[in-house]
Amino acid sequence: MTGILSLTIFSPLIGVAALLVLSQFGGSRDAAGVNNAARWIALGTTLATFALSILVVAKFNPHIAGFQFVEDVDWFGGWRYRMGVDGISVLFVLLTAFLLPLCVVASWNSIDKRVIEYMIAFLVLEALVIGVFCALDIIVFYVFFEGQLVPMFLIIGVWGGKNRVYAAFKFFLYTLLGSVLMLAAILVMAGVAHTTSIPDLLNYHFDPKLQIWLWLAFFASFAVKMPMWPVHTWLPDAHVEAPTAGSVILAGILLKMGGYGFLRFSLPMFPSASHYFTPLVFTLSVIAVVYTSLVAFRQTDIKKLIAYSSIAHMGFVTMGIFSGNVQGEQGAIFQMLSHGVISGALFLCVGVVYDRMHTREIAFYGGLTSRMPWYAAVFLLFTMGNIGLPGTSGFVGEVLTMTGAYQASTWTAIVAATGVILSATYALTLYRRVMFGEITNPKLADISDLNWREIAVFTPLIIGALVLGVQPGLIFDVTAVSVDHLVEAYKAFGG
Amino acid sequence: MTPEILVQCLVFAPLLGAAIAGLFGRRIGDIPSQIVTTGLLLVACALSWTTFCNVAFGSWEHFTVEVAPFINVGAFHSDWAVRIDTMSATMLIVVTTVSSLVHIYSWGYMAEDDSRPRFFAYLSLFTFAMLALVTSADFMQMFFGWEGVGLASYLLIGFWYKKPSASAAAIKAFVVNRVGDFGFVLGIMTVFWMFGTVRFAEIFPLVASHANQTWEFAGRTWNGVDLACCLLFVGAMGKSAQFFLHTWLPDAMEGPTPVSALIHAATMVTAGVYMVCLLSPMFEYAPVAKQIVTLIGAITALFAATVGLAQNDITRVIAYSTCSQLGYMFIAAGVGAYQGAMFHLFTHAFFKALLFLGAGSVIVGMHHEQDMRKMGALWNKLPITYVVMLIGTLAITGVGIPGVEIGLAGFYSKDAIIDAAYTAGTHNGIAQFAFLVSLVAAGLTSFYSWRLVFMTFHGHAKWGADAHDHDAHGHDDHAHDAHGHDDHGHGHTPHESPWIMLLPLAVLSIGALFAGFAFHTRFVGEGRGEFWRAAIFNLPSNHVLDYEGHLPAGVIWGPLAVTFIGFVIAYFVYVVKEGLGARIAARRGLVWSFLYNKWYFDELYDFIFVRSAKALGDLFWKGGDQKLIDGLGPNGVAAVSAAIGKRFGRWQTGYVYHYAFVMLIGVAGLLYYALRTWH
Repeated sequence: MTGILSLTIFSPLIGVAALLVLSQFGGSRDAAGVNNAARWIALGTTLATFALSILVVAKFNPHIAGFQFVEDVDWFGGWRYRMGVDGISVLFVLLTAFLLPLCVVASWNSIDKRVIEYMIAFLVLEALVIGVFCALDIIVFYVFFEGQLVPMFLIIGVWGGKNRVYAAFKFFLYTLLGSVLMLAAILVMAGVAHTTSIPDLLNYHFDPKLQIWLWLAFFASFAVKMPMWPVHTWLPDAHVEAPTAGSVILAGILLKMGGYGFLRFSLPMFPSASHYFTPLVFTLSVIAVVYTSLVAFRQTDIKKLIAYSSIAHMGFVTMGIFSGNVQGEQGAIFQMLSHGVISGALFLCVGVVYDRMHTREIAFYGGLTSRMPWYAAVFLLFTMGNIGLPGTSGFVGEVLTMTGAYQASTWTAIVAATGVILSATYALTLYRRVMFGEITNPKLADISDLNWREIAVFTPLIIGALVLGVQPGLIFDVTAVSVDHLVEAYKAFGG
Repeated sequence: MTPEILVQCLVFAPLLGAAIAGLFGRRIGDIPSQIVTTGLLLVACALSWTTFCNVAFGSWEHFTVEVAPFINVGAFHSDWAVRIDTMSATMLIVVTTVSSLVHIYSWGYMAEDDSRPRFFAYLSLFTFAMLALVTSADFMQMFFGWEGVGLASYLLIGFWYKKPSASAAAIKAFVVNRVGDFGFVLGIMTVFWMFGTVRFAEIFPLVASHANQTWEFAGRTWNGVDLACCLLFVGAMGKSAQFFLHTWLPDAMEGPTPVSALIHAATMVTAGVYMVCLLSPMFEYAPVAKQIVTLIGAITALFAATVGLAQNDITRVIAYSTCSQLGYMFIAAGVGAYQGAMFHLFTHAFFKALLFLGAGSVIVGMHHEQDMRKMGALWNKLPITYVVMLIGTLAITGVGIPGVEIGLAGFYSKDAIIDAAYTAGTHNGIAQFAFLVSLVAAGLTSFYSWRLVFMTFHGHAKWGADAHDHDAHGHDDHAHDAHGHDDHGHGHTPHESPWIMLLPLAVLSIGALFAGFAFHTRFVGEGRGEFWRAAIFNLPSNHVLDYEGHLPAGVIWGPLAVTFIGFVIAYFVYVVKEGLGARIAARRGLVWSFLYNKWYFDELYDFIFVRSAKALGDLFWKGGDQKLIDGLGPNGVAAVSAAIGKRFGRWQTGYVYHYAFVMLIGVAGLLYYALRTWH
C-alpha cells in the first residue's frame, strides 16, 4: 500500500487541475453551467479523496504503535519527503476527507461568485491539511502547516462577510507570530539532532534546558491555532466573516492541527518541558473553559456564540493532552474528532438560517420551531452534542478529559466541570431565543424547513455524532496502541 | 423467552416507540403514533411485572446482561447493560406502570393538541432513559440515563414552546440539574481513581477495604468514601430537587400535567433516592455523607411543606408536596433505612401520580384553570375525580390505625421512615432532628393536602361569572379540553373527565389503597432480607429498621395525631370559616409573604448567579477580549502600522491577497535562509 498516503494527499489536486481546465476552456458555455460543472467536479474529487481515506483507515493496522504506509523519498537539496500515519493521526485524515464533501454540498447555492476559484481553494486546503496530518518530516510538516493559511485567507477574504479584511488581518498577525517562533525552533532542532525526520526526532532526547525553549516556541504556534486563551480573539472574528463552509473547516479541522501538534511534537519530543509547563497549560485551559463560556453567554451573533463555545471545548482538549494519562489523551483525541463533527454541524445549522435570512443576529430570530420542525430537531441534537449530553459524541471526550485531568490536578477538573453547567446555559439560551416562542418577526413568516440538499449534508453528521456517542470504541480501537505508546514514553521521560 | 432477552426487550420497547412516533409521527398520523407508543409501553409494563414477580417471589437470581461495550479506555471500562435485581425490578414496575397509565391518560388530556406524536415520543423517550438509568451496571450508563431523563424533562416542560414561561422553566430545570451533575461527575471521577473502576459490581466489594482511605481533593485531605458519596449526593440533590437545588421543580409544572405526574412526581425525581439506595454499600461506609443526606432531607421535607401551605396553583402545591416527600426518602436513606426510602418511593409513586392526574382531571374539568382560588364546590361536578383525590389525600397523609397496622399506602411507608429516624435518633443528633422534622412535616402535609381538597372541591363555587379571567399560567393555547367544544365560551360549567382519563385514576387508586398493605412486610418488615437479597447492603451494626417492639407509644401514635391536627385546622380555615385563608393572604404578612415567595430563593439565585454571570460575561467580552487583548494585540499593532502607513503611502490597501502574499514571501525567505545556512 505504499503511496496511498500521497495519493490521498494529492488527489484533490487532480480536481484542481480539472477546475483549471474548466476555467480556461469553459468560456464558451454560460456561467451557470460552468459553475455547476465546477461544483460537480469538486464534489466528485472530495468524494474520491474520502474513499481513499476510508481505504487508508481500513488497511491501517491498529495493533502497531509505529508509523504505517511510510513513504520516504528524496525531495531536493538533501531534504526528504516523508509521509506516514499512526493511530493518532490516521483518524484526522479521515475527518478531513469526511468534512470536505459536506462543505462542497453546503456551498452549492450559497456561493455563486467565483465558484471555480472557491472550489480550488477548498481542494488545495484539503490537500494541505491532510498533508499536515501525514507529514513525517518536520520541514514538510511546516510547509503544509503554514501553506494551508493561504487558501484559508482567501476563503475568508474573498468570500467572507463585511468585515473580512479586519478578520483576515487579525488571523494573519496571530499566526505569523506563532509560525516565526516555530520555524526558529524547527531549525534549532534540525541543527541539534541532525535530522528532520519526525520518527527520529521522537527518539532523540533533547537537553531539558533546550526543551523549555523549544516547547515555548511550538506552544506559541499551537496555542494560537487551538486557540487557547488569551490568544483566541482571532477566532470569533474569523468565524463570523468566513462563509459557512469556511467555518466548518476552520472549527472542524484547522483548530485540530494545534491539538495534533501538541500530541505529535510537544508531548513526546519535549516531555520534561511538557511536564514543567503542565500547570501553565492547565491554568490557561480552565480559564478558557470558564471565561469563553461566560463570554459566549452574552453574544448577540449566533456564529460568534458558537465560535466562543469552540474555544471552551478546545480548553478540554489541551487539558486532556497535558494530563499525561491514557484517559486524558484518548479523551482529547476523541474530543477533537467529535468536535469536528458537532461544531461543523452547528456552523452548518447557522448557515441554514443565514442562507434564508442573511443575518446572524439572534434577536432577529425566534419561534422557528413552528415553521421548521426538522431543523428544530437537527439543531437540538447538535446543541445537546455541544453541551456533552451522554449518548452523543460530545459527552465521551468531555468526561474522559476531565477524568484524566482529575488524576493530575483535582482543581483543574473541578473548574473544568463548571463548564458542564455553563455550556448548558449558553447553548440552551441560544436555542430558546432562536427556536422557541411565537414568530414575531414578519420576515420569518414564510421561512422554509430543511431542503433535501441540507438533509443530505446533516445526515452523515447526525449518524457520526450518535454512533460515536454510543460506540466510542470505534475510535479508541484505532488510537489505543499509539496512545498507550505515547503515554508510556511520556511517563518515562516526563519526570 | 429467556430472562436475558426478556429484559432487553422491556428496556428497548419504549425507545422503539419513541423512534417511530418521533420520526414518522407526522406521516403515520396521531392515533397510530399513540397506539404504537402506548402499546409498546404496555408490553414493557407486562414484562416488568413478569420480571419483578420472578425476581422478588420467583426463581430468578439477580443477573446482568451485557448488551454492548460503551467507553473502554485503559482501566476505565463501562458497558451498555441491563442489571436486574430487586432494586431495579422494583423501579421497573414503578416506571412502566405509571408511564403506561400516563400514556393512556394523555389520550384524553392531550386530545386537542396538534403535536401529539411529538408528545408521546417524548414520553416514551423519557421512559427508555429512565429504564436505562435504573438497570445500569456502571456509573457511565447511569449517567447516560440520568442526563437522558433530564433531556426528556427539558423537552416536556418546554413542550408548549410558544409559551415563554414554559421554555424558561425548561432551561431552568436543565441548568439546575447540571449543577447537580457537576457534583455527580466529580463523584464518578473520585470513585474511578479510588477504586480503579466505575462498575458497581467491582466497586462494592472494595469499599470496606477503602473505608479509611484519605483522599486529596481541592487542596484538602478528606475521607475518600465520604467525599465520593457527598459528591454523588450533590447529583442526587439536583435530580431529586433537594434544598438549594429545588428551584426548578415547581417551575417544571409549566409542562402538561401528565408529565408532572410521570416525571416530576413518580419517577425521575426519585432517581436521586434510587441512586443513594443503590449505592448503599458505599454510603454504609460514609458516616459523614449519611449525616449530610439526613440533614438535607430533613430541611427539604420541612421547607417544601411550609412553602406548600401558601401556594394557590393546584399543581404547585402538589409539586412542593413531592419535594417534601422526597426529603422524607432522603431522611430514611440518610439514617440507613434504605429499604424504607425505597418503600416510600414505591408507594409515593402511586398516590402522587394519582394526585397529579386527579389535579389534571380538575384542570381539564375547569377548562384549564389551575388557580384553586377560582375553584370550589366541585365535588358533585367531578364526583369520580373527587373520590380518587380523597383516596390520594388519605394516602399521602398516611392515614391508618397504628395498633392493628391497617391503613393506606402512605401510612406504612411514612411511618417506617419516622420510626427509623426515631430509632437512629437515640444515638445521633441529626437523626433526632430529622425525626422531629418528619413529625412536624407530617402535620404540615396533612394541612396543605386537605387545604387543596377543601379549596378545590368544597366551599362555595368561585367559578361562575368570572371564569374568563384566566391567570397567566392557568391557561394555554395548545391543550384544549378533551370534549367540551359545545359548552365552550358559554358558562364554562365544570365537567367530569372522559373514561380514558378516569381509568388510570382508578388503577392508581388501587395502588394508593393497597400498595402499602400488600408489600410492607417484604420492603421493610421481617421479609426484607429475603426480598432485597444483596441489592441493599446494611452494616451489621445498622439496626434502624429493627424498631418493632421498641417504640414508645408517642412515636407510634404521633404521626396520626399531627395528621389529625393538620386536618382539623385545614377544615376550620377553609370550610368552617371559609375565606379566612384568603383574608390571611390578603394581609400579606411577613410570614405569609416569605412562604408565598418560596423563601425568596428565586430572587436570591437570580441576584447571585444569573446577574453575576451576565456581568462577568460582559466584563470578559468587552473588557477582556475587546479592550485588553485586542487593544494591546492586533488592534494596537494595526494602529501603529496605520500611523506608519500614513507616512509611507497607502500600505493598508485592505486586500487580503496582499497580506497573504507578504506572508508567503516572508515564509519562503525564512525557509530559504534556513536551508542555505544549514547546508
